[in-house]
Amino acid sequence: MQSLQDFREETRSWLEQNCPDSMRTAMVQEEVVWGGRNAEFTNPDSKIWLERLAQKGWTCPTWPAEYGGGGLDKDQAIILREELVRINARPGLTSFGISMLGPVLLEYGSHEQKLEHIPKIVRGEIRWCQGYSEPGSGSDLASLATKAELQGDTYLINGSKVWTSYADKADWIFCLVRTDFEVPKHSGISFILFDMASEGISTKPIQLISGSSPFCETFFDDVKVPASNLVGRLNEGWTIAKRLLQHERTMISGFGLSSGQSDNGGTTSTISSLEGTAMSYRGDSAKLSDPVLRDQIAQFKIDSDAFAYTSTRSIEESKQGQGPNATSSMLKNYGCELNKRRYELMLQAIGSQGLGWEGEGFNDEELQLTREWLRSKANSIEGGTSEVQLNVIAKRVLGLPDILSMAQK
Amino acid sequence: MALVLGEDQQLLKDSAKSFCEQIAPVSLLRKLRDSKDELGYDQAVWTQMIELGWAGMAVPESYGGFDFGHGGLGVVLEETGRTLLSSPLISTVLIGATAILELGNETQKQQLLPQIVAGELLTALALDEHTTHRPSRVATTATKVEGGYSLRGSKTFVLDGHIANKLITVARTSGETVSEQGLSVFLVDAAAEGVSIQRTIMVDSRNSSNVQFSDVVVPSEALLGDLDGAFKSLSKVLDIARIGVAAEMLGSMQAVFESILVYLKQREQFGVLIGSFQGLQHRAAEMYSEIELCKSVVRAALSALDDPEKSSQEIAVIASMAKAKLSEVFFLVSNEGIQMHGGIGMTDEFDVGFYIKRARVAQQFLGDAAFHRDRYASLNGF
Repeated sequence: MQSLQDFREETRSWLEQNCPDSMRTAMVQEEVVWGGRNAEFTNPDSKIWLERLAQKGWTCPTWPAEYGGGGLDKDQAIILREELVRINARPGLTSFGISMLGPVLLEYGSHEQKLEHIPKIVRGEIRWCQGYSEPGSGSDLASLATKAELQGDTYLINGSKVWTSYADKADWIFCLVRTDFEVPKHSGISFILFDMASEGISTKPIQLISGSSPFCETFFDDVKVPASNLVGRLNEGWTIAKRLLQHERTMISGFGLSSGQSDNGGTTSTISSLEGTAMSYRGDSAKLSDPVLRDQIAQFKIDSDAFAYTSTRSIEESKQGQGPNATSSMLKNYGCELNKRRYELMLQAIGSQGLGWEGEGFNDEELQLTREWLRSKANSIEGGTSEVQLNVIAKRVLGLPDILSMAQK
Repeated sequence: MALVLGEDQQLLKDSAKSFCEQIAPVSLLRKLRDSKDELGYDQAVWTQMIELGWAGMAVPESYGGFDFGHGGLGVVLEETGRTLLSSPLISTVLIGATAILELGNETQKQQLLPQIVAGELLTALALDEHTTHRPSRVATTATKVEGGYSLRGSKTFVLDGHIANKLITVARTSGETVSEQGLSVFLVDAAAEGVSIQRTIMVDSRNSSNVQFSDVVVPSEALLGDLDGAFKSLSKVLDIARIGVAAEMLGSMQAVFESILVYLKQREQFGVLIGSFQGLQHRAAEMYSEIELCKSVVRAALSALDDPEKSSQEIAVIASMAKAKLSEVFFLVSNEGIQMHGGIGMTDEFDVGFYIKRARVAQQFLGDAAFHRDRYASLNGF
């Protein structure tokens, strides 16, 4: 068997030869590659980089090679990641297929479903969106009412979803639907996949306080979906749904880490050093002159480092276990709160220059910061609110009595 | 960086845990307090700790120790923190042995370290002179005299001062009162003429004291480390001590948190377990998260101490991080420990009160959270 040292050397030299120079710089928001049928490559090197990575399955390093993944074990994947970080390589592909759907499809999907979908996720050929929240089902996700009725070998889907990230740009959707209205709410949900080009689907972007529109309302009107697109067993979709949420939370918790290798939910701040920014906007040289801000930044940085150690520890501990567990809720909650703190401190650091909306008088970074600060407020709502995460920790980790058990009866 | 315990460390931790539970539970500290014990620690228990090799944990084999590293001493401290074990482990092993290793010359190491490992020598660090920690603010002077030095000044918050055989005393041999330059360290016999030690009874029932040096003459060989230039090495000693105390705090806060969880699952009000109330659940979940961060910081800091490639600067940063973070979270958890237990938490009969008392002393010891955030900022250039 190949030694890890050999693997590191081979990886290093492969990256040296194959990672284009412009892909070794900090990611800028306009150049994030989401893939899909209508993939956009604002930087042509992005396309080359994605194709080379995908060829080796390294967009999804630990996924099985038989479905196009990299087939690496955890130690090799860590080495690959370290080598990517070493050259400051950008992620070749950012997608919900990689961070959310893929892992659960590998766990719960049939061989045919894996063969059909996984390779396209690895290569970035299909862009996925998530059909979870509904107008009446936010934190109480399991109350969802989008209906799927079996007619022969086809499901007829009716209802609507909300907060569907990039629904207007996605090719396929993984969707939670109600397949039984007669049983307790958790027992009548199924997990189904379908093409967003199907007849009867319409989307409408929602403008956020930050001015951008990454989320949509999505409407299903007699959408016909082959029954074979159901993942796992009928009415057992809630188990898959929760599993996927763990992966989603792990992804979102990465927002708290200021690493170029994580997708930070549309918040790719180009202003990185809080203390450096605060000092330069105040004209301070040796020491930050505002003692309160200085103390708050120190506290933030300590928490941030402690959080980074905890993320790493959680990865080391899960080496023996089975992927993310309930601690993903802790990481999600803490990471999101940290990210929000970071933006609030950044605003304080920059003062009135951090409050520009558009036009003259502000540079691009300052204007971007205003928008990112507003966008960061969603971090503790999406993927389950902070309050829901605390409920999950209380119940699953601490074993406290379930507060909702009476409400559900 | 090892953030997960190795097999050896886990075994050591398990055995320390069962020792503390069986031999040194909180009731031992209670007994020492209630009987106004003169020593303030249980000598028989300390003897057993020596026999277990705990005094030589981080001492190299060449000086009679067991070379188990700070990671080893750290897991022991975590477990002694769980039951608030009062012993010379911090003053003599964590601080004393470290000071001799970092500052001492070969003769001093050869002579003193085996004595510590064997439990024959107890030490105390005489550093602070004011109500808050600031290691460079030293007014105690040591002036050159025939064959040695003469010390004059007073020290406060000297952990285990009244039981120590030797006082590791920081004195000024030159420079201004707040200058980092001009500090030297001396090993002073507690029995030497002119040394006066006043035990102070602290809220946490551990040993502390005020020490007066009235023209105490020590021989030249009593100098530990460089004349005038001890601050750098002293800082390293303090950083190691801060990380060790952080490990101890980690154990204490976990004990409080476990007690809270037990109570939330057994106490009924309004016909239901109080642990089903969301107001309490969320606070418990937030404490859990903070304690998880504390575990990671302590593991990272201990493993940094055992990593020969880490610079003093890197160790200083992580030590201040650990002491700041652990002080904050122990403050939170010890307060919640009282509040979440309600009335029973206020009773002396229940143990949680011992932890809030210990928390405040541990927070103050070697710099509180604000001190260390300030230091962390300075070390990081802002």
